[in-house]
Amino acid sequence: MTQTTTARIATLKSSVPVENARQRKRPLLPLFFWIVTGITMVPILVMILYSFNNTPTSRITFSWSGFTLYWYENLTQVDGLGQAFLVSVEVAVLSALVSVALGTPLAMALERHRFLARGPLSGVVFADIAAPSIVVGAASLSFFLSSNIPTGFGTILLVHVAFNIAYVVVVLRARLSGMGHALEDAAADLGATPFAAFWRVTFPLLIPGMLAGGLLSLAMSIDDYVITSFVAGPTVTFPLFVYGAAKVGLPPQVLCFGTIIFVVGVVIAVLNGILTRRLPVAPVVDVEAPLPE
Amino acid sequence: MTAIQATAPAASPTPGPAAPVRDGARKRWWLRHTTPYLLSLAGGAWLVILFIIPLVSGLVVSLETGNPDDGYTFTWNWGVYGSLFVNSDVSYLTFFLRSLGYGVSATLLTIVIGYPMAYFIAFRVSARWKNTLLLLVLISFLVSFVIRTDMWAFLLSDQGPVLTALRWAHLASKDFHILGTPGAVIGGIVYNDLAFMVLPIYAVLERLDARLLEAASDLYANRPQVFLRTVLPLSRSGIFAGVLLVFIDAVGDPVNASLLGGTHTYVIGQAIQDAYLTNQQYNVAAALSTVLMVVLGIILFAYARIAGTENIEDLV
Repeated sequence: MTQTTTARIATLKSSVPVENARQRKRPLLPLFFWIVTGITMVPILVMILYSFNNTPTSRITFSWSGFTLYWYENLTQVDGLGQAFLVSVEVAVLSALVSVALGTPLAMALERHRFLARGPLSGVVFADIAAPSIVVGAASLSFFLSSNIPTGFGTILLVHVAFNIAYVVVVLRARLSGMGHALEDAAADLGATPFAAFWRVTFPLLIPGMLAGGLLSLAMSIDDYVITSFVAGPTVTFPLFVYGAAKVGLPPQVLCFGTIIFVVGVVIAVLNGILTRRLPVAPVVDVEAPLPE
Repeated sequence: MTAIQATAPAASPTPGPAAPVRDGARKRWWLRHTTPYLLSLAGGAWLVILFIIPLVSGLVVSLETGNPDDGYTFTWNWGVYGSLFVNSDVSYLTFFLRSLGYGVSATLLTIVIGYPMAYFIAFRVSARWKNTLLLLVLISFLVSFVIRTDMWAFLLSDQGPVLTALRWAHLASKDFHILGTPGAVIGGIVYNDLAFMVLPIYAVLERLDARLLEAASDLYANRPQVFLRTVLPLSRSGIFAGVLLVFIDAVGDPVNASLLGGTHTYVIGQAIQDAYLTNQQYNVAAALSTVLMVVLGIILFAYARIAGTENIEDLV
């Protein structure tokens, strides 16, 4: 009785003490979270650890034979692996750039204008994200076969842009709707033409969103296996190489490349976290903050 | 002010000096109505040509007849759809049902595992740690999908550390395997798709008005009741978005079944891939992929109706 009353009063004052009290009393939820998160870390740790294993063969093995940097020093020793990695990086960078260039105006149109094609286009963007990769891959190959377009680097790029545009549009629409148009209206009131208002107000505000959309595209592209497997023709990307090698046992260098991508990803994520904390671009108004009692 | 200028000449009988103003208004009208089309032209065209038209040409290719050696010609062969499922040499129906079964199991498991995780981050973690924990949930995405799935195959293989340890402790017999079982495939899907469930649920829980929960306990709801009758119904849209993402991915995915499964876990995704890329039965592969899309569409539409979500688009 007294306990609940105290808890009630504490809730009214601030939620923090209650949270701590609950955390001490109910350790099940945090325990569950950390166990599951721990399990999801296992493959990452195994990948990093075994990229340093001095295996006697050129396939990964369980027995630990000592620490070595040999595989990192001989990254391109495996036939085709270095080439595949380069192809993946090229496709990822190019498709991210093109997707941002095409997706940003599309997001502007969908979020800031009412026009006839708006509904159908939003539907297409939604379907593009929702469609299963296997269907998109098979359909794309059907299209290239029917139109006698030979598959290869070019078709991989075309299709990667097609699925990345949708991600860029979603990220930028969220950003645009969060921004509101008060700042653009203010620019217009101060005599800016729509064009000037766009270049001097909207565009700079969109840069973080374009960066986020581009990074998401980069990640989706460099990691895509299913769709690429259909439209790659003779070209081999990094995921295609790994998939092929997985059947017979991975060369340790694959784990090195995986570790390098992982480290780059973590660095970008951490930098992004620090930068967004340092530079609040739009004023953050917490409309759902509890009213003072 | 512009409005007055634009309408005034229309009332005046002498249109001479007003013409440029009306031209300006027309130009602005024109600009306002063409701008969205100009903005969406390139991106929209790309999506139509490389996403919508391919889906249609998938249907077209499925209606072709022929063989890998002589090529295929379009013959309106609707019969392919029947022949794949009735008295077929290859039991595509089994692969379909198996895929749907794996998809449903994996989706339910991601809800059961992902919901508490999202709840924990939303309600039990102080604001400054939330982003870090979300990053931890997402961190697997920084490792290549095929590598992280193959790492499980590496760990769970018959000579791998997990089974070796279990056998050493006499918890598993010699002929107990993990790889090649439906459990391994479903587990792989759950591992790969968990974040797709955690994130949308978290996004909804995070926006939940804390005063509603307070109101529920003021009305004498105990803790389970607050959860079951307030939090859970309010987070339905998050679960819906998660189900959409996980289920679609899980049903079509060939990678988990291929790397973690065996001959008894062959799924429709693998069948489409093999028909297209290995056996070059283009019409069969295209027909299977069209059926998969239609089946998924019907299931998700029905689910959307039952779950009572008005606007699917708002969720993505």
